[in-house]
Amino acid sequence: MPGVTRNGVLIDDTFAEAFDMRATALVITAPTARWARQAAATATGFATSIIGCGVEAGIDATLDPEATPDGRPGMRVLMCAGSTGELQKQLLARVAQCVLTSPGSACYAGLEGTEALKLGDGLRYFGDGWQISKRIGGRHIWRIPVMDGEFVCEATTGLTKGAVGGGNLILMGRTTEATLAAAEAASDAIAGVADAIAPFPGGIARSGSKIGSKYKALPASTNDAYCPTLRGVAPASALGDDTASVLEIVIDALTPGAVAAAMRAGLHAAIALGPERGASRIGAGNYGGKLGKHHFRLLELLS
Amino acid sequence: MSSGLRLVLRGPPQQRLDLSPLTPDRLAGLDRAAIERLAVGTTRETIRVGDIFIVHDGDPASLAIEGGSERFDRVGEGMRSGALHLDGDAGMRAGRGLAGGRLTIAGNVGPLAASGMIDGHIEIGGDAGACLGGPLPGERAGMRGGVVVVRGGVGERAADRMRRGLIVVAGDARRHAGCAMIAGTLIVCGQADHTAGILMRRGTIVLGRPCTLSPTFIGVGDADPVFRRLLARAVAPLCAQAAALAMIATRRFNGDMAAIGKGEVLMAS
Repeated sequence: MPGVTRNGVLIDDTFAEAFDMRATALVITAPTARWARQAAATATGFATSIIGCGVEAGIDATLDPEATPDGRPGMRVLMCAGSTGELQKQLLARVAQCVLTSPGSACYAGLEGTEALKLGDGLRYFGDGWQISKRIGGRHIWRIPVMDGEFVCEATTGLTKGAVGGGNLILMGRTTEATLAAAEAASDAIAGVADAIAPFPGGIARSGSKIGSKYKALPASTNDAYCPTLRGVAPASALGDDTASVLEIVIDALTPGAVAAAMRAGLHAAIALGPERGASRIGAGNYGGKLGKHHFRLLELLS
Repeated sequence: MSSGLRLVLRGPPQQRLDLSPLTPDRLAGLDRAAIERLAVGTTRETIRVGDIFIVHDGDPASLAIEGGSERFDRVGEGMRSGALHLDGDAGMRAGRGLAGGRLTIAGNVGPLAASGMIDGHIEIGGDAGACLGGPLPGERAGMRGGVVVVRGGVGERAADRMRRGLIVVAGDARRHAGCAMIAGTLIVCGQADHTAGILMRRGTIVLGRPCTLSPTFIGVGDADPVFRRLLARAVAPLCAQAAALAMIATRRFNGDMAAIGKGEVLMAS
């Protein structure tokens, strides 16, 4: 696979293949930044891949009090799913179990969309008739009595059908430590890109998957082409002799542009480390371009 | 120089006037002659706009009436869009049934201002009479939406049977403020009396000064700060005094238990 070398790092001439997704965003606030982060982290837990979690979610940004509706510390989170129905189901379940339950929390729409998803409109029944509907400042909120006061929750949040999931970078290194360092640098850079998340643990996946399996019940299985221990055994290994470890970063975003921006940020951060301290080669995962309509070519992202 | 339509009062009106035809949406497409022919009298003596006002051409989407009178009834009634500014006082039913646009009245208004209001914005520079945002006799509910800001005080029964929307009163409120409220929000920055909120079902009343409410209201301690923060931010562009009050109105009373008891009165200490 031809490519170019930047700062000693080989960049494959390939592309990441990504797919349309349905997505929404929430703003979660709390009395302190600690509890805002706690509620957001809990709501976006177990949300790495729609293969097994129903939704892919993550923290998009930390918000200063001035940037939140109620003037308290907040977090913006994104949730992406394959269908509107699944997104609605996961949204209500996660806010009900993870945000409503978190001390002092409140939850607001984080996205304006042409269509709406139920938020407080679906959770208000928890108030058992004591909930209060208010329309103030252009917002429709529900005030649900809870044991530490009230859970304030906006009635709806916006839905976008233009989200993109599956942007990715595959980082290959000569040692496990260097590969992890490259992935961490890329993940940190992606965290600063607006409207984009990397939903895997710490933004990094070590178990990249391919579609299908020899076992019929499994929709996906280990990406044997990128497993160093299967080099020479698997039918089509993509790894050279000097690759000891591979890590992947998967990116979901509200727009194709945000995916490209996140991939670009991650790519440049990993390249900056060089092959000794970071990845010696960077590639991307695709399915030959036949399944996803969004293609992000690595060489175009280098500029 | 304004590009809007201007009506300049010739002199004090000799009878009560019905100014409901003079709204931006109703004047759209009319030339000056047609506007001058509009009847605005309320007695058997026919009074037309041209008899009362000097009409200066301009865009009716921005209408200014220069000179007011407490005999100017139904100013902006049923208005749907645009901006109407009255540079003086108005009589009864100002902005009744307002469904959109912005009505500003520099002076005082009579009873039933914003009665049955649906949407839009009304600002009253002076005092408002009785039943601000309330229903007419026989109607089941008062104001159903929109925002009303009164820079002065209000008469009896402000927000009577209000269903939705926001009323901000910078001054005092006389008896029965927020009585029988169905929902919505009433903020009184000044003094209200012990009849505030009487028979309210739902809704929020924020009072700027302590008062002894009906015994059918139950003190429940501190009000949750999140809603008050949202309220403060929402009213800050309308009235800085009300925004400050929302942040300090920490005492919450639930009531009226003589009705269904799902309303709240938030009171500054």
